[in-house]
Amino acid sequence: MDMTDMNSAATTTPSGRRQGEVILDLQNISLRFGGVKALTDISFNIREHEVRAIIGPNGAGKSSMLNVINGVYHPQEGRIMFRGQQRQKMEPHMAAQQGIARTFQNIALFKGMSVLDNIMTGRNLKMKCNLFQQALWLGPALREEIVHREKVEEIVDFLEIQHIRKTPVGALPYGLQKRVDLGRALAMEPQILLLDEPMAGMNVEEKQDMCRFILDISDQFGTTIVLIEHDMGVVMDISDRVVVLDYGKKIGDGTPDEVRNNQDVINAYLGSGH
Amino acid sequence: MDTRTSASEPGQGGAGPDTFPRWLMHHAKARPQQPAMREKEYGIWQTYTWAQVAENVRAIACGLAQLGFKRGDRLAVVGDNRPRLYWSVAACQCLGGIPVMMYQDAVAQEMAYVLQDAEIKFAVVEDQEQVDKMVEIQPDAPLLAHVIYDDPRGMRHYTQTLLMGLDELQEMGRIHDRNQPDFLDGEIDKGASDDISIMLYTSGTTGKPKGVCQTHGAFIAAARGAIQFDKLTDKEDILSYLPMAWVGDHLFSFAQATVAGFTINCPESGETVMNDLREIGPTYYFAPPRVFENLLTQVMIRMEDAGSLKRKIFHHFMDVARRCGADILDGKPVSGGDRFQYWLGNLLVYGPLKNVLGMSRIRVAYTAGAAIGPDLFRFYRSIGINLKQLYGQTETCAYVCLQPDGEIKLDSVGKPAPFVEVKLADNGEILVKGPMLLKAYYKRPDATAESINAEGYFMTGDAGFFDADGHLKIIDRAKDVGKMADGTMFAPNYIENKLKFFQHIKEAVTFGAGKEFATAFINIDLEAVGNWAEKKGMAYSGYTDLAQQAAVYELIRDCVEKVNADLAADPNMSGSQIKRFLILHKELDADDGELTRTRKVRRNFIAEKYGVLIEAMFEGRKTQFIETQVKYEDGRTGKVSADLRIEEVKTFAPQAGKRAA
Repeated sequence: MDMTDMNSAATTTPSGRRQGEVILDLQNISLRFGGVKALTDISFNIREHEVRAIIGPNGAGKSSMLNVINGVYHPQEGRIMFRGQQRQKMEPHMAAQQGIARTFQNIALFKGMSVLDNIMTGRNLKMKCNLFQQALWLGPALREEIVHREKVEEIVDFLEIQHIRKTPVGALPYGLQKRVDLGRALAMEPQILLLDEPMAGMNVEEKQDMCRFILDISDQFGTTIVLIEHDMGVVMDISDRVVVLDYGKKIGDGTPDEVRNNQDVINAYLGSGH
Repeated sequence: MDTRTSASEPGQGGAGPDTFPRWLMHHAKARPQQPAMREKEYGIWQTYTWAQVAENVRAIACGLAQLGFKRGDRLAVVGDNRPRLYWSVAACQCLGGIPVMMYQDAVAQEMAYVLQDAEIKFAVVEDQEQVDKMVEIQPDAPLLAHVIYDDPRGMRHYTQTLLMGLDELQEMGRIHDRNQPDFLDGEIDKGASDDISIMLYTSGTTGKPKGVCQTHGAFIAAARGAIQFDKLTDKEDILSYLPMAWVGDHLFSFAQATVAGFTINCPESGETVMNDLREIGPTYYFAPPRVFENLLTQVMIRMEDAGSLKRKIFHHFMDVARRCGADILDGKPVSGGDRFQYWLGNLLVYGPLKNVLGMSRIRVAYTAGAAIGPDLFRFYRSIGINLKQLYGQTETCAYVCLQPDGEIKLDSVGKPAPFVEVKLADNGEILVKGPMLLKAYYKRPDATAESINAEGYFMTGDAGFFDADGHLKIIDRAKDVGKMADGTMFAPNYIENKLKFFQHIKEAVTFGAGKEFATAFINIDLEAVGNWAEKKGMAYSGYTDLAQQAAVYELIRDCVEKVNADLAADPNMSGSQIKRFLILHKELDADDGELTRTRKVRRNFIAEKYGVLIEAMFEGRKTQFIETQVKYEDGRTGKVSADLRIEEVKTFAPQAGKRAA
């Protein structure tokens, strides 16, 4: 693999997580919608196993960035290198096949379906049997179902949602829906997990739980995590590296401490009087 | 003096092994393929047979021995009801060690106290949460050398040398067992019936908790007596969901299960208990009154939301059940018409209801630990659940009195259990003697001497009397029973229980010893009162706000008045009616030291902490400002303050003996 750039050396993060090689490298990305510049010349990379946060004020381009990563938007300029290969124009389902899963800011679940079934939808790509086999409940489909159900149960256990296993998602409080959304993404067994404001609208306790789950995912499955988050405390506590956007431009990149002390960032975001 | 014994005598202890490890090995031979334990994991009930349990216990025991665990060493066990924690208890007993059970929700300092007191070197804990506490308190308990955890989740980055996974320990034990196959059997052979089998800490209503040392013989006798009394077999299924450190769980889930050879079922998590209960459908069930109460509250709340037809059917058949249900259960004569109605009700209401509650298969259910409200008790019995009461304490293996089938009384705790002798002291204190008495309080000969008198009776500290049928009735803690200024008896617990029977009142503390009249602190039940407030369209922001609303005071005053009317009817108690009360601004909480871990009120502590409020009530002030520190579960502290209203209640003349309400 072509990994000769200066970032390729594996390092250990302050939190003690092993941090691997660069898995996704975004180079000089610019994205425009007509005349509106959403992202301007942004470069940063994502290393394997790290927790990478993207922060910035409202309208800074965070969600756009996430949508570029999983192939919803196609930047007019710049290159995206995935595992050393330049990525061609791609669709979201191709991103999913490459092992990139995401959760959504405004939960995207089937409200009338149970928690189990919702998480099971995350297994969709892993199912090999065809419609005919599944409809007739043939042997292979049955065996496959059992394997997938086991996987789903592991996730239920991991996220500690045993008590709502059979509850329709629509009947759950918001914090739990978020957790189920995370479970659905996890069911894909992703290499990169994109989390779009996983703590938005949660109370302190729910936030703490969610932080713990994110760290556990990183810890136990070694999943690379990219998250957008507004809560500064959360970001600074759980991220290995933070990239800061403002008006579509990158104004900071580094460890939480570096970012915290960056004057541009302080001015733009953390609290200069506007 | 009044002495009662049960008809049956201990005899020669009956047939069968005399220690728990021998019982376990006996079952592994006699019924190797029968289920001993089930645990719900990954959505499926996983079964362990007696043979598998014995194999696992063996591996843990040998692993512990390999780590240097010696006879007489103490092993702390902390966590939810998990099969592997029960196995660890058994493994420790195989080695002649003493398992020390700790409450899993205890905060670190409380655990530190037990670790120091029992000089513990080894601990088996459930998960990361408990490991964190152990690591935190290790500097205070320097003897602690090995902490073994069951669930490896989140433990990847722990580097402390004292930590070890239970899987590794078992692996180590299996190797040890292969190399020295006779070792463990030798250790089991060394065990004697008189050895200490378990240490359970008393909840510490007064002062520091004390470690109660019970022998194999004591718990086996208690288990055997109960098995004989209720004709339990190896076919029973029970759900093990109450704290393992509580004597009740140890008696039911460990001692009785190990002696009778029946199956225990461990729920998936604390939140799934109701669901798991329904799936298992236990035949034998034990719960403190508050569990039964919560169940009933849920049913009632859901019934109120049901359609009017369903509601009518429900209420009609509940009336039928109230009229004749309990009599049918007790085998008393009931008219044919009522029998038919009850049969129909069973088809339409009681059957489905029991199914939803997970109680369809129950043969025997017990409640203990606190007084149960008459309405609550009657409800369960009337729909055909054989709910009974028992009486006992940690020091007596929770085994003193049991209610025999068909002789159920609402306000008694039954007759002395097999092998047990009960006697009343002159001051009304209940004294008991039998094979189930504690051997000693750990390292507290003074306390042991204080609680067991010269004739070998254990002094329970409870005051009570026998009724005409020989049933024991408990009034209160003997030391709590005081006198008012005019000399009438003041039994705070007795009054508080009456208050707590109202669904809107969760907790109550009464004061009145040495005073002209009695007063009370009330904690409202947030769920019940919240629901009531919602129906009335009242807005509130939380407990503190709701508690201080005038309408809520109105609601609670009604309850207190009813209790007063009740008290007025009893010539002994009429002087202790409640004249003033207030609703506390915060819920009494074990984390703040106001309740014990088993949710008993710590009277003296509360009297001291809220002294200013008590004073205000007796002085007749209308309001009183108070600020209190609260402790959150993670150890942080915060402050709650409020201006509390104090209200007066109507009292009744003693002669107006009729129930005014």
